[in-house]
Amino acid sequence: MKSSKEVGIKGYAGYVPRYRISPTEIGEVWGKDGARMGKGLNIQSKSVPSPDEDVISISIQAAKWAVKRAKLRGEDIGAIYVGSESHPYAVKPTATIVAAAVGATPYLTAADYEFACKAGTAAFQTCMGLVASGMIKNGMAIGSDTSQGAPGDALEYSAAAGGAAFIIGADDLIAKINYTTSFTTDTPDFWRREGQKYPSHGGRFTGQPAYFKHIAGCTNVLFEETGTEPDDFDYAVFHQPNGKFPVKIAKKMGFTMEQIGPGLLVPRIGNTYSGAVPLGLAATLDVAEPGSRILVTSYGSGAGSDSFDIEVTDRIEEIRERDVPSVEDVISNSVYISYAMYAKFREKIDRGEW
Amino acid sequence: MTIPRFWREIKQRYKGIGVECGNCQRVYFPPREVCPHCRRESIGKMKERELTGKGKVITYTEIHEPMSDFKMMTPYIMAIVEMDEDVRMTGQLVDIEYEDVEPGLEVDVTIRRLGEESPSGIIYYGYKFVPIR
Amino acid sequence: MRDVAIIGIGETKIGELWDMSLRELGIEAGLSAIRDAGVKGEEIEKIYIGNMSAGRLINQEHIAPMIADYAGLDDVPSVRIESGGASGGMALTEGYMSVASGIHDIVVVGGAEKMTDVGDQEAKKILSATADWEWESVFGATFDSLYAMMARYHMLTHGTSKEQLASVSVKNHAHGALNPNAQFQREVPMKFVMGAPIVSDPLSMFDCAPLSDGAAAVVLCPAGKAESYMGEPVKILGTGMGADHMAVHDRRELDAMKATRQAGTKAFSLAGLKPKDMDFAEVHDNYTISEIMAIEDLGFFPKGEGGPATERGDTSLNEKVSINTSGGLKAKGQPVGAVGLNQAVEAVIQLRGDAGKRQVDDAEYGLIHNMGGTGASAVVHILGRWN
Repeated sequence: MKSSKEVGIKGYAGYVPRYRISPTEIGEVWGKDGARMGKGLNIQSKSVPSPDEDVISISIQAAKWAVKRAKLRGEDIGAIYVGSESHPYAVKPTATIVAAAVGATPYLTAADYEFACKAGTAAFQTCMGLVASGMIKNGMAIGSDTSQGAPGDALEYSAAAGGAAFIIGADDLIAKINYTTSFTTDTPDFWRREGQKYPSHGGRFTGQPAYFKHIAGCTNVLFEETGTEPDDFDYAVFHQPNGKFPVKIAKKMGFTMEQIGPGLLVPRIGNTYSGAVPLGLAATLDVAEPGSRILVTSYGSGAGSDSFDIEVTDRIEEIRERDVPSVEDVISNSVYISYAMYAKFREKIDRGEW
Repeated sequence: MTIPRFWREIKQRYKGIGVECGNCQRVYFPPREVCPHCRRESIGKMKERELTGKGKVITYTEIHEPMSDFKMMTPYIMAIVEMDEDVRMTGQLVDIEYEDVEPGLEVDVTIRRLGEESPSGIIYYGYKFVPIR
Repeated sequence: MRDVAIIGIGETKIGELWDMSLRELGIEAGLSAIRDAGVKGEEIEKIYIGNMSAGRLINQEHIAPMIADYAGLDDVPSVRIESGGASGGMALTEGYMSVASGIHDIVVVGGAEKMTDVGDQEAKKILSATADWEWESVFGATFDSLYAMMARYHMLTHGTSKEQLASVSVKNHAHGALNPNAQFQREVPMKFVMGAPIVSDPLSMFDCAPLSDGAAAVVLCPAGKAESYMGEPVKILGTGMGADHMAVHDRRELDAMKATRQAGTKAFSLAGLKPKDMDFAEVHDNYTISEIMAIEDLGFFPKGEGGPATERGDTSLNEKVSINTSGGLKAKGQPVGAVGLNQAVEAVIQLRGDAGKRQVDDAEYGLIHNMGGTGASAVVHILGRWN
């Protein structure tokens, strides 16, 4: 899918909560070899939101920084879409609260998205369409999650929190989005039913017929339609439910560790779901030189992938100086907590009625 | 807090919109209709002013006996912060260990969950402070 | 303006009074003050009742006529006065002014609070509502925490120590041990106070006054008629109120209470007296830091000297100035809206020479200081011996 008009990224920022827990610490509680588990998943620690953090607060922090970095005012934003599978409200948008917090209300359109881990990139595409059609000047796409892992479940070792916000527009671009493709099927590999607290998954079924098939399918369409190959890209960001899958798919498709390194955050912060690819892209933009090209492919269970061919402009250097922390700055500010503290933070302690 | 009471102050709680007296240029947060210094001279001259959100800690405490709504955060740190605009605010100081707090600590605002009406009620968001690193 | 005298006093026990309602507390204190004065029901022209939050604590508004009614005074006009913790003192001022002005002759002023019909968490939350709810409490600031931040600031600015704060508590418990009406009638050693669990750093459990049930009342009349009644009269020589910003963060001084200073200055000037003339003072020690600030702001000690003075023992019974001989809010107890009247009752007991083991020698003048919220309102009265 190529937009009829040049569109791209004007500003961006990522946010990850400060607290971390290690697989070893989690494993100890459940009588598992957590260290080995972590090694298998290639996760050394995962981020944990403090009790006052949720998708709304994470999205607001990222959105405020992105607006600042793009040197825009809130009222310049014509659309806000927030992708997440852990919106604090089942009914009542995260996007309206973000809009109020950045000062974008009331003249904008806004909605929440849910498409498992790819809701954030779905928001990208919507904003691209609105900008390219001339309906809005600037749109904000946010991917953010405080994902849930049932206590003792394999997901508990990886389900983390974080998010990133991107401002999509047609002028003052720091990166052009040259092309985007999508690949969508009905594949029930991971889901959460209405009213359920924790998601369910198909175990090993989440691998081959789900993650790998969709990422490869979507990326290959992009290669074909744009006439590119892995060598044409300086960087690549793949969805990262753990530290193993993205490395495996990258190698299989012909990408090197150097290409995926800057965007591979999962070993340090865990799987931030809808926030994972947006955060990986933000971290890559933090280090990308002008002119470099980035391939991005997200994956959302259920299932689908979105791929993007992104080209960094000279303007990237300019906006790095604007008093907004890099993803590395944010991630490196971390503190390890115990499982007991984690249980308190994530409200896994039943506190009854107070 | 009831819904309208929270909703009415969203601008203050999410964006730190205060006022500046058109007469003496003093900044107030939350907004006031009348400048306590200029009184009648200020009427009709109080204009909106968005705070930068940056300031420094004047005094602080760590709360061990909270009101019931804040139990999950306990212990937590409260501070009085002098903002760059020379106006002071009370708020929680988060993402820092208590032993690292000291007067003069430079902080920035962030938006966090302040509380909720009930498990099925609305969630209140608003400013808290984080250290500038 | 006429001179005004207190001719009768009464108060209930203070504490967790499980078997007493607000109505009963108010009546017991009021009736004992009326009996002490020896006035007849039909002589009473007006009743003022100080109360912080009956609406939230017992779900009852409009409590003044309720208490008057059950005291058998259903034809006496009454009104409730609210100014947070200063409700009692403010009610006393209203009563004083109505007598001084010549509008009324015999006036009963009471204060009552029933704190324990709600849980202590809820009571604390209600007390916190006397701070700025929307711009302090909503963000998680408890009442304790606002005083803790003032304490921290006082410590940073003047070098006031935790031991000095604790010495307020030790002294007031020592005084309370001598007061048969006090909630806590036992001494507590320094070590115990210092080791108490933290409530809001630097304040620990023994830096904070309890939340209590209780009521107190006085009967006022024109000084010219005071000797015709039974109770031994005491003169009200001066009164003053003070004000400040509602929220602590809006005050430029965090180590002082402007409202206290203002109220004290006014009361001293009306009385034509100075701090050094005072033999004793009941000050609003809802927290230990409050007493330290109060004795500075009232002029008993220079700013920053309140801590060292207390530690030296200058404020103990029959030392330089006897502060909180009743035990203060810390040991006598804190029935919030009644506090100002509890203080008045103690002052009258001292000036009548009826204080027994806690009697201030040759007490001629005493001051009572009552504060609302975190210091947005304050009221001071200066009382003098009849002869």
